[in-house]
Amino acid sequence: MEIFWYIVLMVMLTVYIILDGYDFGAGIVHLFFAKKDKDKKVITKSIGPFWDANEVWLIAAGGILFFAFPTLYAVAFSGFYLPLIMILWLLIFRAIGLELRGQIKNTIWEAIWDKAFGISSLLLALFFGVALGNVVRGVNLGMVSEGVAANEGHYFFLPLWNSTFSPQAEHLGVIDWFTLLLGVISVIILLIHGANWIIFKTNSSINEKLKKVVFRLNFVLLALVITSLSIWDRIEALPFHNFMDHPWLFIFPSIAIIGLLGLFKIKSFKKDGTGFIFSSLFLFGGLTTTVASIFPKVLPSTNDVVSSLTIYNSSTGEYGLSVGVYWFIIAIILVAIYMFVQYRVFSGKMDDNSYGEH
Amino acid sequence: MEDMIFYDRMQFAFTITFHYIFPQLTMGLSLMIVYFKWKFLRTKLVQYNDAAKFWMKIFALNFAMGVVTGIPMEFQFGTNWAKFSELTGGIIGQTLAMEGMFSFFLESSFLGLFLFGEKLLGQRLHFLTGLLVFLGSWASGFLIIATHSWMQHPVGYEILENGKYVLKNFGALFSNPWLIPSFLHNQMGSVITSSFVVAGVGAFYLLNNKHSQFGKLFVKTGVVFGLVSSILVAFPTGDWTAKNVAKYQPAAFAGMEGIFETEKGGAEIVLIGQPDMENKKLDNKIAVPNVLSFLTYQNWTQEVKGLNEFDESLHPTNVPGLYYAYHIMVGLGTIFIGLMVIATIQLFRKKLYKTKWILWTLLFMIPFPYIANTTGWYTAELGRQPWLVYDLLRTVDGVSPTVSSGNTLFTLLGFIGLYFMLGLLFLLLAGKIINKGPETEKTV
Ligand code: HDD
Ligand code: HEM
Ligand code: HEM
Repeated sequence: MEIFWYIVLMVMLTVYIILDGYDFGAGIVHLFFAKKDKDKKVITKSIGPFWDANEVWLIAAGGILFFAFPTLYAVAFSGFYLPLIMILWLLIFRAIGLELRGQIKNTIWEAIWDKAFGISSLLLALFFGVALGNVVRGVNLGMVSEGVAANEGHYFFLPLWNSTFSPQAEHLGVIDWFTLLLGVISVIILLIHGANWIIFKTNSSINEKLKKVVFRLNFVLLALVITSLSIWDRIEALPFHNFMDHPWLFIFPSIAIIGLLGLFKIKSFKKDGTGFIFSSLFLFGGLTTTVASIFPKVLPSTNDVVSSLTIYNSSTGEYGLSVGVYWFIIAIILVAIYMFVQYRVFSGKMDDNSYGEH
Repeated sequence: MEDMIFYDRMQFAFTITFHYIFPQLTMGLSLMIVYFKWKFLRTKLVQYNDAAKFWMKIFALNFAMGVVTGIPMEFQFGTNWAKFSELTGGIIGQTLAMEGMFSFFLESSFLGLFLFGEKLLGQRLHFLTGLLVFLGSWASGFLIIATHSWMQHPVGYEILENGKYVLKNFGALFSNPWLIPSFLHNQMGSVITSSFVVAGVGAFYLLNNKHSQFGKLFVKTGVVFGLVSSILVAFPTGDWTAKNVAKYQPAAFAGMEGIFETEKGGAEIVLIGQPDMENKKLDNKIAVPNVLSFLTYQNWTQEVKGLNEFDESLHPTNVPGLYYAYHIMVGLGTIFIGLMVIATIQLFRKKLYKTKWILWTLLFMIPFPYIANTTGWYTAELGRQPWLVYDLLRTVDGVSPTVSSGNTLFTLLGFIGLYFMLGLLFLLLAGKIINKGPETEKTV
């Protein structure tokens, strides 16, 4: 049962990153590359009917985490208190930037909300990468110092950073050079992903330019991924043992590699949506590879006194987990239908149709 | 300990109060928009479609506020109430997760279609998307109230050796006797809010001599919906909820009604009075004998337990707050019924659109349903104290063990600043939409 909910949770989070990822990415493109007012409008239009439903994947994944793995939810959310609340603030800024921009026709008003939308998209992409970095690196569960845990259970609290910015220091912070590296990777991949979405869904005048940007950034991405892999063993002693034990897991990194390499051909794709598929593959492969490498841990401990949080010691009772399966299956089928309808109705280029402003 | 949790409580109370301003209108207004859309399909009068479109603009803005303030709620259980989440997550997480899966997806997917898709979908399908948005928002209310009902009256659980609560009976979460009365009462409260908003905006147009056709339509619709929901909120749903409190949380009930001493031979109902906690009595009391006993138990002489019957540790922590919250809600409820009855009479006499004082009253009443709903929630929440889960888990034992009060104060201040800005923007933009008024289209 734990495995079932673990897979559900990871799939939902991955879907969340792929979906909300393109609108974060669109925000970053909007911030850096959209100069003309028309392009800005086209970009926001291309995510207009979708972003809210995309964000629901996060809320729903949060709900599943809460119910299936309450200990993980409680320990991680209170431990990462400050960064989480800041993520919430950024989500608020981003959403109102998108929603309020069109409400008043005034250049200053529009400029303010454009920036709010763009900058919070950028920071969110960074924060999500940093968050992933924290989960991989682990934290000092129970706040052990000199062999004694300061807190009952697994509870800990992490400051935003420590003075050394090192992932190997005794007192960790949320931001260190390792988590920051993952944050930068996340910004770049989401920028690529968002650009692909814009190329796919619009006829904007910057599409040709965006293809070049994707092509160049892909080199940077490749270099950063190789760097992070080569230092991974400093973060985890046996980084790839799960893959050695279960070779079928190599499917995941292979998918990531296909996605990454495919993107180099961006300029010659016949269909505008192909790039988007490849960047989705990379996101899917990359995220699954990362979580598979620490499985069954979900929040590793950096000390030997308090055990890591795993899917087994953080879950709720067996009955609750099994009864949830019934409603979950019904719900996920409904969700699939909604998404089908939604993307069907809004298929094609978003600026070709007059969807009507609201 | 009490001090340590102070900011956590303030933060929760502040963010939820602010959040709930928006969903109450979402839930009520979606019903009324569906009604306008339905009228349009039936009568083919374009005015109804224009009315639906106008309210959709307000709805979209309001909904966005509901979403952005709702997301922090979901996370706050983990960030601020970690012990509570760890212990009860297997149960209340169940209904919260269902809310995300069943209602938020429904609402948000079809809201996009509803707002952007009228031309693409055609009128009938467009109506259907509106109906689905309405269903989603009411389902969301239902599941959140189910969650909340478990905290007021826990059922279907089992306590493990390690102190955690796990679910033993899924069905019990939904057959919880607290749930249905509370849900219906709450939904009626939200229909009241939307009725008053619609009627108030209509009155604004009539008084201004602008958009008079819409003014009449809004006033009429608002008054009819308002009359029905104001009556239903008091009877049977409010009455039913009150009986539940008397039955399952007698100490909270005594606090709400301001009964310090058990009265022999039937309890009086207090209309006015100020709790004097030092001397354990009500000052300046105006009360009607025996009515409370009758309302609660249908028996004029049944005794109602006073606070003196309960151990101090079981008393609601803030009796005056509880008492005022309850009396404000009930008092406003009575005023709503009175106003709506008068307005309906004038409507039937075809004089409503010219009766200036009623139009002015309708306009100025817009904030009051919000106050009634908020104080209603304060009644529920203050009455539950000192428990986080009634009779099971105390509020002091539910807080996050490692988050210091300095950090909580920091985030509380952040939320206050941010929400202050959100509130201003909302008022500015809603005011702008209302001032501009509905647009009329010749064809559809
Ligand atoms: C416009 C809003 C509104 C109005 C006019 C009323 N209520 Fe109410 N009331 C609510 C809005 C509300 C609410 C905010 O929706 C609550 C909070 C929890 C709930 O389910 O509904 C609530 C809760 C609530 C409770 C539960 C407290 C608890 O759970 O501990 C009682 C006993 C009543 N109400 C009783 C009444 C009565 C007898 C009314 C007679 C006029 C009344 N309410 C009018
Ligand atoms: C239906 C979903 C709701 C849930 C699950 C819920 C849950 C909670 C929790 C966990 C707390 C913090 C612990 C405590 O102080 O008891 C709390 C407190 C509080 N809530 Fe609610 N709440 C809900 C709805 C509301 C609404 C809609 C309002 C107001 C409009 C509200 C007003 C308050 C207040 C004022 C407190 C502080 C009470 C105090 O600390 O004395 N709640 N609630
Ligand atoms: C009486 C209490 C509550 C009711 C009736 C209620 C109802 C609703 C409704 C109808 C919405 C849809 C959007 C909108 O209203 O504008 C919404 C949004 C939301 N609510 Fe509440 N809510 C309540 C309290 C809470 C609490 C305690 C939580 C925390 C778990 C919460 C979490 C959310 C979230 C995450 C959203 C955003 C959903 C989206 O993206 O569509 N709400 N709420």
